[in-house]
Amino acid sequence: MAEIKPRISVEYAGDATIITFTDEKILEEKDIKALQESIMSVIEQAKRIKLILDFGNVRFLSSAVLGLLIRISKRIYERDGSLRLCNINPKIYEIFKITRLTKTFDIYKDVESAAEDLSKAN
Amino acid sequence: MVSKAPINCSIVVESKPSAVVGVYEQILSKLENNGFSKEDIFAVHLALEEAFLNAVKHGNKMDSAKSVKIDYSVGLDKVEISMTDQGDGFEPEAVADPRWGESLYKPEGRGLLLMNAYMDVVEFNERGNSVYMARYKEKPLLTES
Repeated sequence: MAEIKPRISVEYAGDATIITFTDEKILEEKDIKALQESIMSVIEQAKRIKLILDFGNVRFLSSAVLGLLIRISKRIYERDGSLRLCNINPKIYEIFKITRLTKTFDIYKDVESAAEDLSKAN
Repeated sequence: MVSKAPINCSIVVESKPSAVVGVYEQILSKLENNGFSKEDIFAVHLALEEAFLNAVKHGNKMDSAKSVKIDYSVGLDKVEISMTDQGDGFEPEAVADPRWGESLYKPEGRGLLLMNAYMDVVEFNERGNSVYMARYKEKPLLTES
């Protein structure tokens, strides 16, 4: 069976949904489109999603992925949900800092601290 | 083994986003051979991705009949890359700064900012369809001439 890329894993912890990017590099436009479809479908399935995006495996991304994250966050907030990002490697975090997206996204050290913060959200 | 002289190469690729893979594989392997750091390689990779996507999307308007030309040279302490598309060009000064105001919430428009952040030199030609980028090695081998 052909391997489908890009891969994500979806887990549920309490009322939070954790999506982990399993690929090291998220680059190609078709991969980003496929990721968007997969993640949007998870968002649509929940009533008011509390989503954690885990970047622990990601070692490289481009501005196209930042665009994807913005589209995801808009959809979540339209549906009255919450979004937290976590486990971002220092080189990737630098990209968030340069683009000032650290001001837009709530970024946490790990899944546990992101989940703890989400548990306080209404 | 470290090359003694800068490598000068020119490649022309099909104007489609996936064609960047062959471009960065070729250039990054030469950076590795010439002792550039992981930070340098990350930076050049990112700048290549951003410049190429701009060329394909905004320059050549996703027309796969068009092409993108990449000229590059990998020296012992500096990498230089020129990327030229077949579009009408643009004015870099007219691009809104994506870090402020409403632009911060737009999904696009960060490529140029990242190219400027990760390369030491980023210059466009007058028409705006060709970008020259250079990055100096982060930790140059000062003992080598």
